[in-house]
Amino acid sequence: MHELLVLGGGTAGTMIVNKLRRRLDPTLWNITVVDRDDVHHYQPGYLQVPFGTTSPARITRSRHAQIADGVRFVTGEVDVVDPERNEVRLSDGTELHYEQLVIATGTSPRPEETPGVTGALWRRSVHEFYTLEGATLLRDALTRFTSGRLVVHITEMPIKCPVAPLEFACLADSWLREHGRRDDVELVFVTPLSGAFTRPIAAERFGSLLQERGITVETDFVVEQVDEDASALVSYDGRSVPFDLLVTVPLNMGADFVGRSGLGDDLNYVPVDPKTLLARGHDNIFALGDASDIPTSKAGSVAHFSVHVFVENFLDHVAGRPMTHEFDGHANCFIESGDGKALLIDFNYEVEPLPGRFPLPYVGPLGLLQETRANHLGKQSFAWVYWNVLLPGRPLPLPAAMSMTGKHVPA
Amino acid sequence: MSTTTIGGHTLTVDDEGFLTDPTEWSEEVAAALAEQIGVTLESEHWAILGFLRAEHARTGETPTLRRVSTGMQIPVKRLFELFPVKPAKKMAYVAGLPKPRGCV
Repeated sequence: MHELLVLGGGTAGTMIVNKLRRRLDPTLWNITVVDRDDVHHYQPGYLQVPFGTTSPARITRSRHAQIADGVRFVTGEVDVVDPERNEVRLSDGTELHYEQLVIATGTSPRPEETPGVTGALWRRSVHEFYTLEGATLLRDALTRFTSGRLVVHITEMPIKCPVAPLEFACLADSWLREHGRRDDVELVFVTPLSGAFTRPIAAERFGSLLQERGITVETDFVVEQVDEDASALVSYDGRSVPFDLLVTVPLNMGADFVGRSGLGDDLNYVPVDPKTLLARGHDNIFALGDASDIPTSKAGSVAHFSVHVFVENFLDHVAGRPMTHEFDGHANCFIESGDGKALLIDFNYEVEPLPGRFPLPYVGPLGLLQETRANHLGKQSFAWVYWNVLLPGRPLPLPAAMSMTGKHVPA
Repeated sequence: MSTTTIGGHTLTVDDEGFLTDPTEWSEEVAAALAEQIGVTLESEHWAILGFLRAEHARTGETPTLRRVSTGMQIPVKRLFELFPVKPAKKMAYVAGLPKPRGCV
């Protein structure tokens, strides 16, 4: 029997095994997926938890229930990959042999990498919302927070869902107004980038979004530490941003076993060919979802579009044919801006987010780079699409490759 | 894209002044570019520029601050002293490489 081993049963890993189970002959191929636990999180929901618009119970389900029959699900922590012997060892000593390996173990926040973050103020006045536990504790902290300086902070790029910090700032503004506290709270957005986003046209649009809401932006801020005594963020160039409540997005890193196995870069991301997602220097290891080093957003939409391309390539690859499908870095993200509205951006490796209409050119119904109620409803209904269409690997009527039709390129 | 003359060298640059053709770079060009941003190049600077150019040639990407710091075992703090205020951009500028790609 041929063995396909997928590490990580998150968005990318689940979609891969479900799609490939239908395409690989079960009498010829075993498919195994490994994850450390049996809880699948709908991660976009983390952003709603602090504002009480969803609850932890509503955004978690069993992992194995999302995985197709005929796929073996193994619970365990990956210790190391041995690419010479085509074997993966789990921390309980289990050894799993593979013929083809997919690394889809994502990225995770590392608050301990910044001095002072996980000290005396951690989970008191210093919070994060990139874990379910963190988002839940932040909900409680926000409830108690009636006045002062609320600082939203990005440590270092790349991060998972790079628009989420902006969304958090906009949603906090809206939530504080709703609760009659906005006049007593100063909102500050601190970023290592030179603007509110990575690509120019969107950065300008998002910059004015923050400005309209009276949110101060501190740019080019490379954090050195949190000064616990002063309750302030301190940058390498000596700037200090004091806070009463800090919502930080910690440094993100890929899984530690990637580093231990010699398969990662400085941040444990697997260097891959950006078009085929085949790990550099290996012929039977792929990295998908947030686990690779491809220069596009670490986002569920990227996982979705890239899995589509990967599946076709994988079938060619194992049949000994050249891989002819190319991933273009397509990402598509809703951005909640508060007050029941949202924006939508659509972009890839080469094309930055542009204004226009989506998915039908000129018709929409969704507007790109514009705040609309339709976009908000789109994002709200997405949870259903995620569990019922995306994870099972059913086709969604969106092409994997980005389209320029319906986008306006400003002169 | 346009051409500019810095320290007697004619260079092709983007709208922010970054060289667009790494082959137009030389040590004299580096010294002239450094002068533009008020940096005098010492041996530590040269070692960093060498690392940046080698990494760019190897990977096709301008290394990030983190890559330089871990790759050369230099604390980020020191990089801020050597190339004050915006070290990642300034290192790339003097090394004649594109601005580090804003991660998305």
